[in-house]
Amino acid sequence: MGRVLLVCRLAVRDLRRRPAEAVLLLLAITAATATLTLGLVLQGASAQPYQTTRVATGGPDVVASVVASPGGDQLAALEALAGAPGVAGHSGPFPHTRLVVKARGVTTVAWTQGRGAASAPVDQPKVTEGGWVRDGGAVLEASFAQALGVRAGDRITLGDRSFQVAGVAVTAAMPPYPKICFSPCMFGEHQMAPPTAPPVSAPREDVNFGPPGPNGLLWVTDADARDLAARTRFLGYVMNLKLADPASAPAFIDAHLPTSLDTPFLASWQDVLYGHNKMIEWKQVAMLVSSWLLGMIALAGIVVLVAGRMADQLRRVGLLKAVGGTPGLVAAVLLAEYVAVALLASAAGLAIGRLAAPLLSEPATGLLGSAGAVPFTWSTVALVTAVALGIAGVATFLPAVRAARTSTVLALADAARPPRRTAWLIGISTRLPVPLLLGLRVAARRPRRTVLGMAGIAVAVAGIVAAMAANAHRFEEKAPGADPRTALSQVLLLMTVMLVAQAAVNAICITWSTALDARRSSALARALGATPAQVSAGLSTAQILPALAGALLGLATGIGLAELLDDDPVTVPPLWQLTAVVLGCVIVIAGLTAIPARLSARHPVGEILRTELT
Amino acid sequence: MDTVESLPIVSPILRASGLRMRYGQGSGIVHALDGVDLDVATGETVAVMGASGSGKSTLLHLLGGLERPSAGEVWLAGRRIDGLGETALARLRRTAIGFVFQAFHLMDELTAAENVELPALLAGQSPRAARRRAAELLERVGLSHRAEHLPSALSGGERQRVAIARALSNEPLVVLADEPTGNLDSAATLDVLRLLDSLRTAGQTLVIVTHDARVAATADRLISMRDGGFVEETRLTHGSTGRLGELAGLEG
Repeated sequence: MGRVLLVCRLAVRDLRRRPAEAVLLLLAITAATATLTLGLVLQGASAQPYQTTRVATGGPDVVASVVASPGGDQLAALEALAGAPGVAGHSGPFPHTRLVVKARGVTTVAWTQGRGAASAPVDQPKVTEGGWVRDGGAVLEASFAQALGVRAGDRITLGDRSFQVAGVAVTAAMPPYPKICFSPCMFGEHQMAPPTAPPVSAPREDVNFGPPGPNGLLWVTDADARDLAARTRFLGYVMNLKLADPASAPAFIDAHLPTSLDTPFLASWQDVLYGHNKMIEWKQVAMLVSSWLLGMIALAGIVVLVAGRMADQLRRVGLLKAVGGTPGLVAAVLLAEYVAVALLASAAGLAIGRLAAPLLSEPATGLLGSAGAVPFTWSTVALVTAVALGIAGVATFLPAVRAARTSTVLALADAARPPRRTAWLIGISTRLPVPLLLGLRVAARRPRRTVLGMAGIAVAVAGIVAAMAANAHRFEEKAPGADPRTALSQVLLLMTVMLVAQAAVNAICITWSTALDARRSSALARALGATPAQVSAGLSTAQILPALAGALLGLATGIGLAELLDDDPVTVPPLWQLTAVVLGCVIVIAGLTAIPARLSARHPVGEILRTELT
Repeated sequence: MDTVESLPIVSPILRASGLRMRYGQGSGIVHALDGVDLDVATGETVAVMGASGSGKSTLLHLLGGLERPSAGEVWLAGRRIDGLGETALARLRRTAIGFVFQAFHLMDELTAAENVELPALLAGQSPRAARRRAAELLERVGLSHRAEHLPSALSGGERQRVAIARALSNEPLVVLADEPTGNLDSAATLDVLRLLDSLRTAGQTLVIVTHDARVAATADRLISMRDGGFVEETRLTHGSTGRLGELAGLEG
């Protein structure tokens, strides 16, 4: 017990002695754990609002749709489905068509479904604004209405007819805009690869499928729907089925796979939920990826900080050992400090992640309710804590063991860790101007620190470039009316800001460590005739050169990362943007390192050299 | 006053007048130097002796522009340097002053030759010229066979000889040596003494701070310091070839 108390007391006192470093450690690990928490809790965050919407709208278990072709008897096929074993109820068939919608200067495409004034037993959209359909009055699905920016009372054009927006409603029968999809289009995980489905995408000349493009959903009266279908020469039918066992919807679909375009296409409620989840899946992926990237940067920064602290604490280690502390006790004290910081950081990260999750998991307006109650499980807590402890443990274990094993006499003498000699770099540096000569030599003195600095920048730039690629892709495939600057960009911006902040903290830590480590050699260079400006530029150069290499490495890695995360071909950001990232990175690092480098280079030479003597 | 042109060789080459240096403030103020006047002629070797804390290292730092005096003037080659900016002082050190430190202060990651060529590279000489000069100087201090060794592989005496070679790299007007034998054993001390004596003979201006009588014996003039001031000044007529030289065993 006494030993534990001693370890705790020594660890707390050492943390108090260097509060700034402790805060930097805390911030670095907190950023990584908060992002990881966000990524984990976003998983399945849309399930609850979807279930709420399903209950409120009598959501269907299976949606069947079919294209009416001349001479075909598609209505009979739908009626047969309604009577199939396992079906407990249905609504429809409802006529629908697909046509161009114009509203507030935006032109897009929508499935327009005909409905009666009476409430349908299955899938009765829940009106959230205005009223239900009336002659000449359309009700827009909520996410579609938001994308178009229209409200009840506004006017829109469907095909060549003008309608008033009678209201806005939500449904659990379809995913949100622009993913609305009826036959002959297919969506959902289940229908993406039907095991025995015949090829059904062959174009047919006898049917007009309407204009290409993303799809919204709106409802009009049955008469208006048939009139619009006649004008567009495209008519289809939708039927909503309620099963006795909702969980068996995929099996029901398997038993009724389409054999041709004349047979109904089926989508299960699980497919619809998948569509809703897909909408926030990228947020989850972005947050998880950024949490790992932030974790890696934090690790690089913490290794440098810890190594610097260990070098600084060598005499303390010697004292502990001289008064009887075993190597185990010394290692325990050093580890305890960082474990305490990691535990605190994981608690802070979990709290921040939990509080911020509802902001990022806010469901699309296509669903009812809020995602305030995001899933937060013990496994999330355990994983986040384990990652925090892992970062601290990996960063501190080896230096702690090394410090504990150092000879007591050497530790008491506080002999400085000898610098590395990189002969080829020293050789090259003789041919360079003085700031580069000094910078290259400073970087070469501690190659591991230089590599860690480079790796930190490479990871940050990779994350930023991957975010830029995702953003560029989003712009490329954006649906009319949908504002790509909103949800996705907010997450990508958050990801970028956190990566930049973490990389900046790292750069400052590494520069301070480098400046302190190079204190004597810098003072000596000044005593031998190097000007403060040359020494300051040299210290900055020692950070800028690895930063430049890291940024270039990060460009390639970032594009590779985007390729890895996206099923679609990656959209490489424009060259000017990539160039701006590299230049921006170099400028930011130069700015961040300028102050510590300048302060270090201004310190009186005589004082430093005298201190080194004692 | 931030520019340094090429300095003429004038006599006295180095001059300090009314030099004062205070550290700390209030009741904790320490007068490290208290009104020191000093003239060093071209080619002269001056030894400054005194106990620890007498102010001799501070004097050397002020003469070399490593620190600024609280009051007084420092003149080098006829130009006042105590008011120069840091950049101008650095350029001055690069061309006109060579330092030798008690703790050697060699760059641990550089070989002997690389350490010696460093001031030449900082002064903008070509790598080839800097390396050639380093080779000459290492030959002169008897360490050409150790040119590619790291400081950690050299003895204390060898390190100090490398440091002296480095101080001579840019043919300085003045070499300032702070306890050059302070960290050396007797044999190594003798090597360094012989080297300093050869510099003196060659006409190099030297200011040596020491508490070792044998080092002081190599000088033309000996100044004793106490409590930040000069208390005695002795001219050693024959330098290392005189009586004190014999005492130091330089002629053995």
